[in-house]
Amino acid sequence: MTPAIHVEHISKSYGDLKALSDVSLEVPQGEFFGLLGPNGAGKTTLINILAGLVIASSGSARVMGFDVRTQYREARRSLGVVPQELVFDPFFTVREALTIQSGYFGLRNNKGWIDEVMHHLDLTDRAETNMRALSGGMKRRVLVAQALVHKPAVIVLDEPTAGVDVALRQALWKFVRGLNREGHTVVLTTHYLEEAEALCSRIAMLKQGRTVALDTTQNLLRMHSGCYVELRLGAEGLPAALEPLVVERHEDGAYRLALKDYVEVERVMAQLRAAQVQVREMEVMRPDLEEVFVQIMSGH
Amino acid sequence: MIPASSQGKLHPAQGFYTLFYKEWLRFWKVNVQTVLAPVLSALMFLLVFSYSLRGRVEVFPGVDYSSFLIPGLAMMSVLQNAFANSSSSLMQSKMTGNIIFVLLPPLSHGEFFLAYLLAAAARGLVVGVGVLAATVWFVHLPVAYPLWALLFALFGSGIMGALGIIAGVQSDKVDQLAAFQNFIILPLTFLSGVFYSIQTLPPFWQWLSHFNPVFYMIDGFRYGFFGHSDVPPLLSLTIVAVSFFALSLFTLWLIKIGYKLRL
Repeated sequence: MTPAIHVEHISKSYGDLKALSDVSLEVPQGEFFGLLGPNGAGKTTLINILAGLVIASSGSARVMGFDVRTQYREARRSLGVVPQELVFDPFFTVREALTIQSGYFGLRNNKGWIDEVMHHLDLTDRAETNMRALSGGMKRRVLVAQALVHKPAVIVLDEPTAGVDVALRQALWKFVRGLNREGHTVVLTTHYLEEAEALCSRIAMLKQGRTVALDTTQNLLRMHSGCYVELRLGAEGLPAALEPLVVERHEDGAYRLALKDYVEVERVMAQLRAAQVQVREMEVMRPDLEEVFVQIMSGH
Repeated sequence: MIPASSQGKLHPAQGFYTLFYKEWLRFWKVNVQTVLAPVLSALMFLLVFSYSLRGRVEVFPGVDYSSFLIPGLAMMSVLQNAFANSSSSLMQSKMTGNIIFVLLPPLSHGEFFLAYLLAAAARGLVVGVGVLAATVWFVHLPVAYPLWALLFALFGSGIMGALGIIAGVQSDKVDQLAAFQNFIILPLTFLSGVFYSIQTLPPFWQWLSHFNPVFYMIDGFRYGFFGHSDVPPLLSLTIVAVSFFALSLFTLWLIKIGYKLRL
């Protein structure tokens, strides 16, 4: 099957600044894909190359098999982009903005789908409101709706939840998950790594314009072999032998220990038994994507 | 929900039509500012100049100064407003970032160019008609060759629409566009024979006026009303048409390479 996104040896330079260096990746159709990296890593540049907003210095990019330069009409029809910045056209109402956007993609009489998108994003009550009069969260919803008016096969969300409230975040993810279940490929960039961990089946991490990790979310989490143990102990306190493992110490007698491996849990327990320390509460925790992210970024 | 890749029937010209219609709406929704205000400005010019110079100047034989002034003022309004439409729309869209709404869709560079150009020409022509409609009540205005006048209005508004696209694409800030408007467009239109015939100028200024393309637009447009012009109308039409096509090709090329639009 044709991949939804195929990027091959893409580089982009602005003068001496290398925004992207030889990035290659492929996103199969129907995947929920995460694109992570610190600010300035090149995530938005890569998205903009796919969208035709930025022209790559070298390499090629395809959306649903269509080259973004030579077959730009088909490529752009296959792609819906929710931009990072909160942009809007102050001359129009929500419905006008969506109808106009739909028309740009060659669609007439698209009212049924526009109504459905507005319904899912809770915009129906604001359909006739001028864009200027909307709150930031509502404007963000309209941006999502504008990216979806032409029912693109591939949806790119560039930090869609930056600065939005919990209600919108939940409504947005419910809607986007539904679209993904229906077969739409979703590419997400976010700084909220718990969102990426919960939603994305595969993740690419960029740093200074280079791909530093590209794997399934599960494999990335397994790369970090360590774990954490949270302990709440009796009045005896933590044995001195375990002190070097402490990464956090709470006033109420709770400790967070960092272990290199799950096997070390038994050694910790043995030392607590030997010191006759009462364990009141204990929890073994896996590292999350944030820790994997920090580890990968610090290693490159 | 609707499955992926299930877009409805696509209409090839719909993208172009929508962009043109959006640009039309953009100025029509604020027509007090974009249509009525320039008509009022033209009326002010007519009032001040015709009252101060009436009876003292006869530019063409048998044509009083007020009548002479009206086609020039109408054409000046057409040109300035055509330029203002495409330049301000593009520059504002770039500044606010909403330019991406027209860069993300599958519009070709030709569709992009034509939509902005036609909307600019439309605003120019609407204002021009407004100026004529508002002024003919006060002065007798003959119309000798209306098709000539229309041709010059179309080419003139097209040239200024294309120049507006170039200025809008080039400008990143309001002051850059203002410089373009104040130091290029305004002198070219004011020194083009709107308020006088170049026959009344000293030889050097007459000679220099022939390098101003706006002069040919005004002179040719005026020919459509009085059947009288400073240079042969066919020569003016040739110069204006060649300028239009050359400028259009250059603007199309700028859009095609994504100059300051697709980085």
